[in-house]
Amino acid sequence: MDPPAVPLSQRGPASTDVVVRFGFWLFLLSDIVVFSALFAAYAVLSHQTAGGPTGPQLFERGRTLLETGCLLTSSFTCGVMSLAVQRRSALQVYGWAAATFALGCVFVGLEVSEFAGLIAAGAGPTRSAFLSAFFTLVGTHGLHVSLGLCWLLVMMAQVATIGFRPMVMRRLLCFSLFWHALDIVWIGVFTIVYLGAR
Amino acid sequence: MFGKLTWIAIPFDQPIPLAASLLVVVAIATIAGLVTWRGWWPYLWREWITSVDHKRIGVMYVVLALVMLLRGFIDAIMMRTQLAFAAAGAQGYLTPDHYDQIFSAHGTIMIFFVAMTFMVGLMNFAVPLQLGVRDVAFPVLNSVSFWLTAAGVLLVNLSLVVGEFAKTGWLAYPPLSELAYSPGVGVDYYLWALQISGVGTLLSGINLTTTILKLRAKGMGYMRMPIFCWTALASNLLIIAAFPILTATFAMLLVDRYLGFHFFTNELGGNAMMYINLIWAWGHPEVYILILPAFGVFSEVIATFSEKPLFGYRSMVIATMAICMLSFMVWLHHFFTMGAGADVNAFFGIMTMIIAVPTGVKIFNWLFTLYGGNIRFEAPLYWALGFIVTFVIGGMTGVLLAIPPVDFVTHNSLFLVAHFHNVIIGGVLFGAFAGYTFWFPKAFGFSLHEGLGKAIFWCWLIGFYLAFMPLYVLGLMGATRRMQHYAEAGWQPLMIAALVGAVVIAVGVLLTIVQLVVSVRGRDQRRDVSGDPWNGRTLEWSTPSPPPPWNFTIAPTVDGLDANWAAKQQALSQDRDKAELEPILMPKNSPIGVIVAFFAVATGFALVWHIWWMAIVGLIGILTACLARAWQVSTDEEIPPETIEAFHQSGYQQ
Repeated sequence: MDPPAVPLSQRGPASTDVVVRFGFWLFLLSDIVVFSALFAAYAVLSHQTAGGPTGPQLFERGRTLLETGCLLTSSFTCGVMSLAVQRRSALQVYGWAAATFALGCVFVGLEVSEFAGLIAAGAGPTRSAFLSAFFTLVGTHGLHVSLGLCWLLVMMAQVATIGFRPMVMRRLLCFSLFWHALDIVWIGVFTIVYLGAR
Repeated sequence: MFGKLTWIAIPFDQPIPLAASLLVVVAIATIAGLVTWRGWWPYLWREWITSVDHKRIGVMYVVLALVMLLRGFIDAIMMRTQLAFAAAGAQGYLTPDHYDQIFSAHGTIMIFFVAMTFMVGLMNFAVPLQLGVRDVAFPVLNSVSFWLTAAGVLLVNLSLVVGEFAKTGWLAYPPLSELAYSPGVGVDYYLWALQISGVGTLLSGINLTTTILKLRAKGMGYMRMPIFCWTALASNLLIIAAFPILTATFAMLLVDRYLGFHFFTNELGGNAMMYINLIWAWGHPEVYILILPAFGVFSEVIATFSEKPLFGYRSMVIATMAICMLSFMVWLHHFFTMGAGADVNAFFGIMTMIIAVPTGVKIFNWLFTLYGGNIRFEAPLYWALGFIVTFVIGGMTGVLLAIPPVDFVTHNSLFLVAHFHNVIIGGVLFGAFAGYTFWFPKAFGFSLHEGLGKAIFWCWLIGFYLAFMPLYVLGLMGATRRMQHYAEAGWQPLMIAALVGAVVIAVGVLLTIVQLVVSVRGRDQRRDVSGDPWNGRTLEWSTPSPPPPWNFTIAPTVDGLDANWAAKQQALSQDRDKAELEPILMPKNSPIGVIVAFFAVATGFALVWHIWWMAIVGLIGILTACLARAWQVSTDEEIPPETIEAFHQSGYQQ
């Protein structure tokens, strides 16, 4: 008979790959807690329009659908990029990263144009508590996407200069986790803010 | 060019703040001068400031906490003196404007920069040693976390010299903290200092949680972890779950103040009560973030000085994790008077009483550990015994306050002030001092002066009862918190008693400094050559004191609880001579922590004073430092066997 296997918890310190990935998961969880506080604030304030415009009057679902499409597709291209990273194929990584970057830029561009339109129409964040909460929640997500885009550029520069070292591979993995997590948050924004507007 | 910053910001017309700021400036200049004169900068830079060693970082956290304890305690003495005299129409020596800043600064400093910093320091120092590993999961990130905490400390203390601090209480409730009612820079100092140090705390929480869950010695399953590691795990899980709420809430208040948003304003639909809810959704877990590691320290201390395994280890673990979960379900008891209705108040009242159950389990476990033990009355055990008695009293008054009708009467009274000081001093602070005394020989290789240690304990214990028992009575007599003077002459005798108590504690605080000086000077008599001065039970006592940078020359293997005790019982030794020494890979020092913190202070200061160009420069600085780090390819260095052997030859016996 085989000796009983050593339980997973008793096998000693984990590898750097596991440790980094796990730590980044914890960071993502904490980031999602930030968003949950903002969602809670939005839920409390979503009807406090102070006589100003309401959600259904302001939101254009067509544009939001387009934004959602861009972001979800960028998650797919990011996934394909991760596969290329595993094969260490620089050319394919650049290609799929470029696609991800372009889709992300379209998303941010659409969001900025939405915000600019709202502010121009007198529905800026200082108009009412509802709009404060809306701009903060959606804007925080947009800020995350923008930072993600900067991160992607940095990672491509890293691949180009120092190549697929273990530390670069780990960072690329963390980036893709981050990018997918932003998708999950966006599903929440799309459902609660835009589809849920009444 | 300099935003709102002008010469008016320096309090030339107010003698007390001016003297205080001069004192701070002179103290910093003296220390910097001494370090320069003695030529200590290279040593400090190499061995401490850029160190990524978890033990060094832990020690720096504790030093920071002790310095801030002095600052926070001066605030406390000023308040007690004011209230001892400002009776029956007298106004005392502090203006309301100044008094409001003092109680706000006292609370902020004591919670964030003393209690929190002390506990994070102890966890940083002890957890990797107890787990039998060579460092935390992310050593460089650890340094960044520490320096961000220090950046927050610096900003709070800058407010003493340049400008003012918040006058809003330690949680800055709106609408008072909104721009309309607090137009000065005080609230901005508060918010940016806590945002910056909060990032440090969050990163430290992620770091320690990863360390505990992913880096343990071979054989150390979850139910073989020392209990301090369990409480540290619970505490750091709470940091990850709770601190982001604080960050988000402060961010909402910041956009209200800086960009004219309406989250918590009185106008255009803002909801101030939402802030109170959010801040306590962080704030209640926060008190458990503080107390759980203290529970862990007491468990280790009581087991060690009773020379018995901890009674009910399993129930202790379950109680710890139960508190971890329940701590998120009681936040509303901080504002029963909000008007949420009888059902909501009843639910949170009952939940609050339920959370007392696991705490009670722990108290009995400690008592049963002591029972029949081979007890050695040394200073750490004094703190533990003082804690058991004091904390039970504080817990009982807490359960009283959990009854909504009682809370309606005692809300915001000195009864409440007495209650939370009872649990924070009697629990967290006693735990911090127990841990400080317990692990000091491990950190420095010699123990603290025993007699002075006991004297410090008695000062704190007696001083605490003298200072805070009168406040319970005063609270029941109707005295409210945060009052700068009072009309009722009958309260004065008790107020004077409270001042006497504070003075007794002050003696204890001074003795802490004396003890440190005496112990350092007489260190040769109190050397710890064995590495195990207390006959300890866990792995940190199986390595020399102070441990080498790599902690363990031979990575330990564990096959049960209390690994060091078991090894001693079985006369096992992990013999260095027989093993072939292998090179050890350790992370290199890095200045990124202190660089990031430098730019964070610049950014925070710039944002407080609306100096926009400087804020941008600061952010670019942080970004550049991070990018430079990202391109650094060789971040580890190998320690050759000769260095390891030389360390052991230099007089340490393993």
